[in-house]
Amino acid sequence: MRGDAAMFDYSFAELSSILVMQGFAGLILFSVFVLMALGLAIIFGQMGVINMAHGEFMILGAYVTYLTSHLFTEFLPFAYPAYFFFAMIFAFIAAGALGLLVEWVMIRHLYARPLDTLLATWGLSLILQQIFRSTFGAREVGVELPDWMMGSLNVTDSIEVQINGLFVMGLTAAITAAVLVLLFKSRWGLQVRAVTTNRTMSGAVGIDTRRVDRMTFGLGCGVAGVAGAAFTMIGSTGPTSGQLYIVDTFLVVVFGGAQSLLGTVASAFTISQSQSALEFFISGSMAKVITLLIVIGLLMLRPQGLFVLKVRR
Amino acid sequence: MASDDINEKTGLTSPLRRQLLKGMAAVPAMAAFGGAARSSFAADGVNTTGLAVTDTEVTVGILHSVTGTMAISETGSVQAEKLAIEQINAMGGVLGRKIKYIQEDGASDWPTFAEKAKKLLVNDKCASVFGCWTSASRKAVLPVFEQYNGMLYYPTFYEGLEQSKNVIYTGQEATQQIIAGLDWVVKEKGAKTFYLLGSDYIWPRTSNKIARKHIENFQKLEVVGEEYFPLGHTQFNSVINKIKLKKPDVIYAIIVGGSNVAFYKQLKAAGFDLENKQTLLTISVTEDEILGIGGENIVGAYACMKYFQSLDNENNKKFVAAFKEMWGKDIVIGDVTQAAYLGPWLWKATVEKAGSFDIDKVAAASPGIEFTGAPEGYVRIHENHHLWSKTRVGRARTDGQYDVVYETADLVEPNPFPKGYQ
Repeated sequence: MRGDAAMFDYSFAELSSILVMQGFAGLILFSVFVLMALGLAIIFGQMGVINMAHGEFMILGAYVTYLTSHLFTEFLPFAYPAYFFFAMIFAFIAAGALGLLVEWVMIRHLYARPLDTLLATWGLSLILQQIFRSTFGAREVGVELPDWMMGSLNVTDSIEVQINGLFVMGLTAAITAAVLVLLFKSRWGLQVRAVTTNRTMSGAVGIDTRRVDRMTFGLGCGVAGVAGAAFTMIGSTGPTSGQLYIVDTFLVVVFGGAQSLLGTVASAFTISQSQSALEFFISGSMAKVITLLIVIGLLMLRPQGLFVLKVRR
Repeated sequence: MASDDINEKTGLTSPLRRQLLKGMAAVPAMAAFGGAARSSFAADGVNTTGLAVTDTEVTVGILHSVTGTMAISETGSVQAEKLAIEQINAMGGVLGRKIKYIQEDGASDWPTFAEKAKKLLVNDKCASVFGCWTSASRKAVLPVFEQYNGMLYYPTFYEGLEQSKNVIYTGQEATQQIIAGLDWVVKEKGAKTFYLLGSDYIWPRTSNKIARKHIENFQKLEVVGEEYFPLGHTQFNSVINKIKLKKPDVIYAIIVGGSNVAFYKQLKAAGFDLENKQTLLTISVTEDEILGIGGENIVGAYACMKYFQSLDNENNKKFVAAFKEMWGKDIVIGDVTQAAYLGPWLWKATVEKAGSFDIDKVAAASPGIEFTGAPEGYVRIHENHHLWSKTRVGRARTDGQYDVVYETADLVEPNPFPKGYQ
């Protein structure tokens, strides 16, 4: 408590630079939330599949990054500073391919029973965790980053901006834009939206709904893989690390209104800003409790989430 | 009788099935015979309570998580215990009997730990069990060990406030680990202000409570902040900004598991220079954790514990060499791994002093048992079943190892119920 009273002892310059950095911390958290929720928003929102293995697809991306960094150190040391970009592409391909496979083997049999996807993908997450453990060992692996991605930029003497934070923000903006364009400007996006709105009618007008489903699931998983690759900059890479993200991810998607990507972004913004501000004034655990209470309260008032897409059922 | 009943109910008539069922009915009789056979060993006096001890073999249990979230941490302990058992067997075993181990998986789930502990004690009659890692798992198995009178060797440094006839604590309790480190950082770095951080569960909270009491009441210095984060928390930017504002002389961090990786990566990204500018003292990052964090992210941080892989003594050189030979040259050894290695050796010494595998005799003979071959140097079991051990401060290097920069002159007395710290 003594510490809190001391908050008033600081100079205006100190407080304002902390305010700037705190705002920036909130923006980083916002980007992280959007990035991890995007893949799930595509799968859960567009297809209604509750993908409990989302975190494991992310960690697959992280492990691919780990392997890529070793590959580059071993065979292409001169290109090492740029390895991260290749890692993200590989992560997208690996997670996306696994997504396609999972859709074909498992998910497509469960579209009529959405609640069962919860159980099936939860089982899948356990299987994937054990595969990671058997392949990479139970210990966490350290993913090394090129030097240019570490450290911070000094904007002024007292304001420092983290480079990897900027990187995550840029990446999030790029991927969100790409997904939005894909969904709202491309022919495939039109088909996806048509299937979401009315599956039977879409089939009747000649849309191959199975193929659309498979590609949507693959895309969602691929985006999760890229998110996992990006999170090697800020988090751990171990067989069960995916579990760290799953709760926050569902929170963001459900709070935003499952079928609206805009809702996902808005909800990520609300949750990240309130959490980051609360964390600054009270302790980490309590900040989480209060954030969750606010979300629960809002969901009780508005069970469908922040934004709703009008769907005819 | 039993087989006839089943036959009547299910109407099984196949001769093969009937034979099988008869065989099953005979099992209890065999078990009874086995019991009678075991009791004949009572004569030689090393086993009067029916433990799984024969003339050539003694069975022990290994109980750790090899699946689930704790597998990251507990793998090293399993490896160390197996190494110790193999080495003891190569020397001729315990009281002339080879050690055979039964390994069970606690699966990072506390009720599972209790269930498996019961299985090891009741079904397998293990003469001792090496295992558990988190305090939660230890608390879950403690009533089982007390009820069925087993012996547990527990390797992790922990919060103290516990003592049992049925447990030997081979890691340090909180005061051993914390007080020496705080005294060192004040003397060596002239620290005046501290910022305490921790994951939100019993061990970090109890440890920080002890640290705060020591800082405020004994050292008369100031704690400028104290914060806890849910296990698995990955976003530390807000608290890092707070630390920037408060400018503590020492960041005192007890963050565990995957959160560690996030914390140190973000601390570095925020421009904290642990090598030259900011002092950070932790009691929760061993060489094992640095594997995940990455040496370049934590270089310069200080850790306070009783063992580092880089310790320069003959015992440790032999231990590290043997460990690498058995488990691979790239493996690292952390504090808890070493403490787990002590378990089988201390048990062997105790059994041989007691001249018996009986749990009561082993428990009674434990205080005063020494192990001069310990990689950490020399340890001795205290009356309170914890170990006398030295405390050391290490400084993290880029390659993920620690340089030992300080070592207490004498063994530190374990004090699980410290007065003035509760």
